[in-house]
Amino acid sequence: MRVTFTDDELAFRDEVRAFFHDEMPQDIAEKQRLGVPLEREDFIRFQKSLFHKGWAGFNWPVEYGGTGWTPVQKYIFGVEMAQANAPAIVPFGLGMVGPVIYTFGNDAQKQQFLPDILESNVWWCQGYSEPGAGSDLASLKTRADRVGDHYVVNGTKTWTTLGHWADWIFCLVRTSTDVARRQEGISFLLIDMQTPGVTVTPIITIEGDREVNEIHFENVEVPADNLVGDEGKGWTYGKVLLEHERTGTAGVARTSYRLQNLRRQAERRVRGAEPLANDRNFMRKLAAVEVELKALEFTELRTLAAVAAGKAPGPESSILKFKGTELQQAVDELFVEAAGYYALPYVPAQYALDFPVDERVGEGSETKSSLTYFNYRKASIYGGSNEIQKNIVAKHVLGL
Amino acid sequence: MEFSYTDVQSMLQESIEKFIANDYDFERRQQYAGSDLGHSPEVWSMFAELGWTAVPFAEEDGGFDGGPVEIMVMMQQFGRGLLVEPFLANVVLAGGVLRRAASDEQKERWLQPLIAGELQATLAVAEPQSRYELANVATTATRDGDGWVLNGHKGVVLNGGNAQLVIVPARSSGEQTDRSGITLFAVDATASGITCRDYPTVDGLRAAEVLLDGVRVDAGAVIGDVDGGYNTFEAVVDEATLAICAEAVGIIQVMTEKTVEYSKSRQQFGVPIGSFQALQHRAAILWTEIELAQSLVLKGLKSLDDDAPGEQISRLASAAKAKLSRVAQLATNEAIQMHGGIGMTDVLDMGLYLKRARVLEAQYGDQRYHASRFARLSGY
Repeated sequence: MRVTFTDDELAFRDEVRAFFHDEMPQDIAEKQRLGVPLEREDFIRFQKSLFHKGWAGFNWPVEYGGTGWTPVQKYIFGVEMAQANAPAIVPFGLGMVGPVIYTFGNDAQKQQFLPDILESNVWWCQGYSEPGAGSDLASLKTRADRVGDHYVVNGTKTWTTLGHWADWIFCLVRTSTDVARRQEGISFLLIDMQTPGVTVTPIITIEGDREVNEIHFENVEVPADNLVGDEGKGWTYGKVLLEHERTGTAGVARTSYRLQNLRRQAERRVRGAEPLANDRNFMRKLAAVEVELKALEFTELRTLAAVAAGKAPGPESSILKFKGTELQQAVDELFVEAAGYYALPYVPAQYALDFPVDERVGEGSETKSSLTYFNYRKASIYGGSNEIQKNIVAKHVLGL
Repeated sequence: MEFSYTDVQSMLQESIEKFIANDYDFERRQQYAGSDLGHSPEVWSMFAELGWTAVPFAEEDGGFDGGPVEIMVMMQQFGRGLLVEPFLANVVLAGGVLRRAASDEQKERWLQPLIAGELQATLAVAEPQSRYELANVATTATRDGDGWVLNGHKGVVLNGGNAQLVIVPARSSGEQTDRSGITLFAVDATASGITCRDYPTVDGLRAAEVLLDGVRVDAGAVIGDVDGGYNTFEAVVDEATLAICAEAVGIIQVMTEKTVEYSKSRQQFGVPIGSFQALQHRAAILWTEIELAQSLVLKGLKSLDDDAPGEQISRLASAAKAKLSRVAQLATNEAIQMHGGIGMTDVLDMGLYLKRARVLEAQYGDQRYHASRFARLSGY
C-alpha cells in the first residue's frame, strides 16, 4: 500500500498549483477571494483556461480529449483546485453528460457533442427530477413519443440548476409505459433549449437567488438522432451518471479548505476580545469534523483506486454523497456559529466588486455564512436525497 | 403546581391568534417586511390601542400589570405568525430596562410614549467584538461637565434604524470585560455624532450598526446607577432570551405541523412518504424534542413569575436557550429535508420559518454559549 506521492506526482502537484496561482483568469480568482458571485461568462472563461491547458477533460479518457489522469492525479487536481479557492467546474457537461455520451453514445454524437463540451462552448443542464418524481425518480412522466424521425416531448422537469444559462439539456424521458418495471421504458434524450416549445421558469430559493428552474416541454420536436444508446435503457445510463455525480459531490477537498479557513478566522482577534479559538468547545467541534473528513478523504481515495482498477463507481459512491454533504453542512453550520450576531445581517450587495470593503457590515465575510448555510441545505436533497443513499446502502450493499 | 393559563392569558392568546389569522397572513407579512420601515406602523398603532404594548408594565406606569407568562403567550403566537413588528425591541428590551431602572421622570418621558406606540425604542445588546458576553463593553462613557460623552460601536441593534431612543450600555469605568463600570444611557437617535447603518436581517426584520462618535448626553440620560447598569442589562436580556425561546417554540411547532401534514400528502413510490418508518421515527424524535424544549421554557418562565433570584433566572434561561437552540437547529433542518426541494423554495413559507428560527437560535447566545453559561452558573 503506497500512500505517499512519487516525485512525478509532486512535480504534477506543483504544476497544478502554478496553474491556479498564475494562469487561471486573475479577475475570477479575485472575485472568488472577495466572495463576489460569478457570472455565466466567468465560469466559461475559467473552464476555457482549463481547456487551453489540456485539463478540461480531467475525468475523461485520452481518446476523447481527456487527460487520462491516474486517480492520484485527479485527487491532487481536486485538492489544489480547492486550496486555490478556484470556482467549481460546472458539472453538467464535463462531469455528467460527457461521460454518458462517450460511454453510450454513437460516433456521430461523440463528434457532434464532445468537443463543445470540452471547450465549454455549450452549457448543459440536467433534466431528471419532476414535480411528482423526486426521490422516486422512476415515476417520471415526461413523455417522448416517436413520430417518424423525431420524438415529441411533453412534460415538466424541475430543480434544473442554472437551466436559464443552458444551451442544451439532457433528459430522462418516458418512451414507453407498456413495461414490467417502471425503470424500463425510460430513455436518455439530448434537447436543444432553443427548440420551439421549451420554456424556462425561475424557482427562487430561500436565500433569495435564482439558481434552479422549471423547464416545460410542450410538443417539443427532438430529432431521433438525439437519443443516446438504446431506447428504454436510459435508466441504466442515468444511474451511471448519478454515481459519477455522487462521487463528485463528496467535496472533501473543498470542505477541508473551508474548515482551515474557519480555523484561521476563529484565531483572529477582534477589537481586543479573546479569539473564538480560545473556546475549546468550539475548537473541539472543528476537530471532530476534521476527523470525519479524513475518514471520508481516504474512502474517496479507495473509491478512486477501485475505479482505476477498471471498476465503475458502485453503491459505495452513496457513502461519499451522504457523508460528504453532511460534513459540508456541518461546516456551513460552524461558519454560522462563528459569525455570532454577524450571521444575521442580510447585506448581499456588499459583496459586489466595487463595494468599499471598509463599509462592509462585519469584520470579514461573516454575513455570508447564513446565505451559504441556507443554500446548501440543498446538498442533502439533490443527486438522490441522503435518505435514498441510505436506501441504496441498505439494499444493494447490505442486501436488506 | 398550576400549568393552565388564567382566563386573561387565554383571552390574550385567542385575540392574537385571531389577529394573525385575519389580519397578518403570509402576503401581508411579506409586504410589511419589505416596506421601508420593515414593519407596519398601522399594525403597531393597533397593538398600542389594544393595549398589547402595555402588557408587562405596572398599572401606575400606564401598564396592564401583566407578567412574563403573558409575554410568553404573546411571543409564542408571534412566532407562529412570523410577526415582524418590533415588539421585542420596544416592549421587552427597551421597556424592560425602563420598567426596572428608570426614574419616574424618565418613565414619563420615554416609557409612556413607548406604551402609547408613539416612541420606537431599542436596547443595544452587542458590540462587534462582544459575541454573547454582555459585560464585554468597549463603548466608553466619559464625564464631561454635568453630562457624558459616548464613543463606540454597537452591532446588530435590533430595530436600530427605526428607534428614536437607543439604550446604550457604555463603560464608565473598569476594564473591557468587567461587570462593574457599565452604565445604561438613554440616547436620542438623532443626537449629533450618531451614525446608524440600517439593514434587513436574513429573517426580514431590521437591525443596524450604531456608531457613536463623541455623542454628548446630559446627566438625565443615565438610567439607574452610574457604573451599576450590568444587573439590569443582564436581567433584561435573560427575560428577552426566554421570550425568544417562546417565539422559537411557536415557529418550530408550525414547521413540524406543516412537515407532518406534507409527509401525509406527498406521494413517492406509490405511498405517502409519511408511511416510511425512517421518517416516522424522525418526526417522533422531533415532536419529543420540541415538547422537552417547551418544558424548559416554562420552567424558566415560572422562575421569572416567582421573582426568583437573578442568578437562578439566568441559569434557567441558559438551560432553556441551550436546549432550544439545539432543537431549533434540528427542527429546521429536518423540516427542510423532509420537504425535499420544495422546502427550499419561496413557494412555501418553510424557508421564512427556517430563517426566523435560525436568527433566534443565534440571538442572545447559541447552544454552546448557553451550555457553558449554565455549567458556570451551576458550579460545574
